[in-house]
Amino acid sequence: MNTKKILIADDDQDLLLQMELYVKKMGFEVETADSQKEAEEKLNNFNPDLCIFDLMMENKDSGFILSYKSKKKNPEVPVIIISAVTAETGMNFSLETDANHTWMKADLFLEKNVRAEQLHREMNKLMRL
Amino acid sequence: MSVLKLLIVDDEPGIRSGITRILRNYRVDYPFLNEDFKFEIFEAETGEIGLEVIKDKKPDIVLLDNKLPGISGIELLEIIRKDHLDVYVMMITSFASLDLAVRATKNGAYNFIPKPFTPNDLKTAINELAKHLFLKRVTKKMQESGKEVRFQFLSILSHELKSPLNAIDGYLKLMKDRQLGDNLEDYSEMIERSMIRIKGMRSLIMDLLDLTKIESGKKVQQIESVDLKEIAQMAINTMEPMAIQQNIKLILDSKLESNIQADIDEIEIIFNNLISNAVKYNKENGTVRISLTQNANEYKISVKDTGIGMKQEDVDKLFHEFTRIRNEKTKHISGSGLGLSILKKMIDKYNGKVEVNSVWGEGTEFIVSLKM
Ligand SMILES: Nc1ncnc2c1ncn2[C@@H]1O[C@H](COP(=O)(O)OP(=O)(O)O)[C@@H](O)[C@H]1O
Repeated sequence: MNTKKILIADDDQDLLLQMELYVKKMGFEVETADSQKEAEEKLNNFNPDLCIFDLMMENKDSGFILSYKSKKKNPEVPVIIISAVTAETGMNFSLETDANHTWMKADLFLEKNVRAEQLHREMNKLMRL
Repeated sequence: MSVLKLLIVDDEPGIRSGITRILRNYRVDYPFLNEDFKFEIFEAETGEIGLEVIKDKKPDIVLLDNKLPGISGIELLEIIRKDHLDVYVMMITSFASLDLAVRATKNGAYNFIPKPFTPNDLKTAINELAKHLFLKRVTKKMQESGKEVRFQFLSILSHELKSPLNAIDGYLKLMKDRQLGDNLEDYSEMIERSMIRIKGMRSLIMDLLDLTKIESGKKVQQIESVDLKEIAQMAINTMEPMAIQQNIKLILDSKLESNIQADIDEIEIIFNNLISNAVKYNKENGTVRISLTQNANEYKISVKDTGIGMKQEDVDKLFHEFTRIRNEKTKHISGSGLGLSILKKMIDKYNGKVEVNSVWGEGTEFIVSLKM
C-alpha cells in the first residue's frame, strides 16, 4: 500500500509545524502551505489524498474557497476544515442541512484544538483506511 | 432579578385590581439573557394623578385607558411626548376605535392591548414590551461605555491573544509527550518559536496599554514645551540594540528652531512607533533617517527607511486596527498591527496628518505634520 498524501494549510506557522509533525507521525506524507494562495498552487501539483485547511487565512473563508476548489478538481478527496471560529464567535457550523452541504463543500469541521488521536481517527474514516 | 415599574391608569377599580392581580406574581425571564424581571405596580384613577405618578415614580411602562374622567388618555399621551417623559405607553382600547389607535400611535404609544383581554393576552403583550425595554437598556449601557464599538475590537483582540497561546500550548504538549524523544536539544526550535510568540504577545500587550491610556481619557494631556529632537534621540536609543543586530544605521537630522507645545508621552508614542517599524521592516545593512523640520505653521517629522517597502494597496489599509501586511517578507516579523492605528490617534489629537510614500522592495517614508 502506498503512503497517503496529506495537504495541510494554516497561516499560523507554528500550528502548521505542529500539525505537520503529528500527521507525519501518523505515517502519512505531508505537504504544507502557509497561505490560501500557496495551498491553491499545491492542490494542483501535489495531488493530495486528503486536505486539512484552516478556515481563516488571507480571507475569512479561505478554508471554504480551498475546499470548493479541491472538490471541483477531485470530488473524491476528503476535506477537513479546522477553525477556531466556533469557540470564539459563537458562530456555529454544522453539515446537517443539505443547503449547507451544497456550498460548504467540506466533509468535516473540527475545532482548532482537536486532539491528535481524534484527528487521526477522523482522517482514517474519511480515507476508508 | 430586575424590577420594571408599571403604572395602570384606568378609572375602573375592577380593571386596575384585575391587572395588578395578573401581573403581581408574573415573571418575565429569558434563559439566554440570564436575567429576569418582576413588576412593581402603581395605580392611578385619572390622567392627572397618572401624570403625577409618572413624574414621581418614573415607571417604565404605562398601561393607559383612553376614556378617563378628566384629561383623556390621548391627551396624557401628548403631554408625555411633549415633556419627553421616558416611558413606554401601552394603550388599552376597544377594537372599534381604529381612529383612536392611529392618533395614539402618532403620539408615541408603543402598542395596544384591545379590550376585553384575557390574562394571557396581557402577559404576552407585557412580555414583548419587557423584552424590548431590556434590549434598549442593554444597548444604552453599551453605547454609554462605548462597548458596542469595542465588541468587534475585542473579538479580534481575543483571537490575536489566543493564537500565540494556542501555539505555545501546542509546543508544550509536544514536549510533554516527548514526541521527539528524550533529548532536549531536539526541542530547541519549539522552544525558540514559543519565545518568539511570547515576545509578540508582550508587544501586543504593551500596545494595548498605550491604547487604553489614550482611550480611557484618564491620562490628562499635559501640554508643555517639548524638544522633538530630544524625544527622537530617546526613541533611537531604545531601538539601537535591535538595529545593531542587523547593522542598521539610525541617523537623526534636525533643523528645528523652536520647541513644540505638546504632551511628551504622546510625542514619544509617535516616534517609537515610526522608528521601531523603520527598523523592524528594514533590511540588513539598511538605514533609517529621521529628519525634523519646521516652517511657518507646522512641524514635520520624516522617518525614511531603506526597508522592504509596501505595495500601494497595502498602504491604503495601514491605519486600521490590527492591520498587518502578510507576505514573504513580513512572515517572520512579529507585531500587533496596532502601532500605526495608535499613531494615527495621536496625530489626530494635534490636528496633524500623516503621509506615506513607499516603494515595494526599496523603502518607506512616513511624514507626520503637526500644527504649531
Ligand atoms: N516602515 C515600514 N516598512 C514596511 N512596512 C511597514 C512599515 N511600517 C509599518 N509597516 C507595515 O504596516 C503594518 C502595520 O504596522 P503597525 O500598525 O505598526 O503594526 P505591527 O505591530 O504589525 O508592526 C505592519 O505589519 C507592516 O506590514
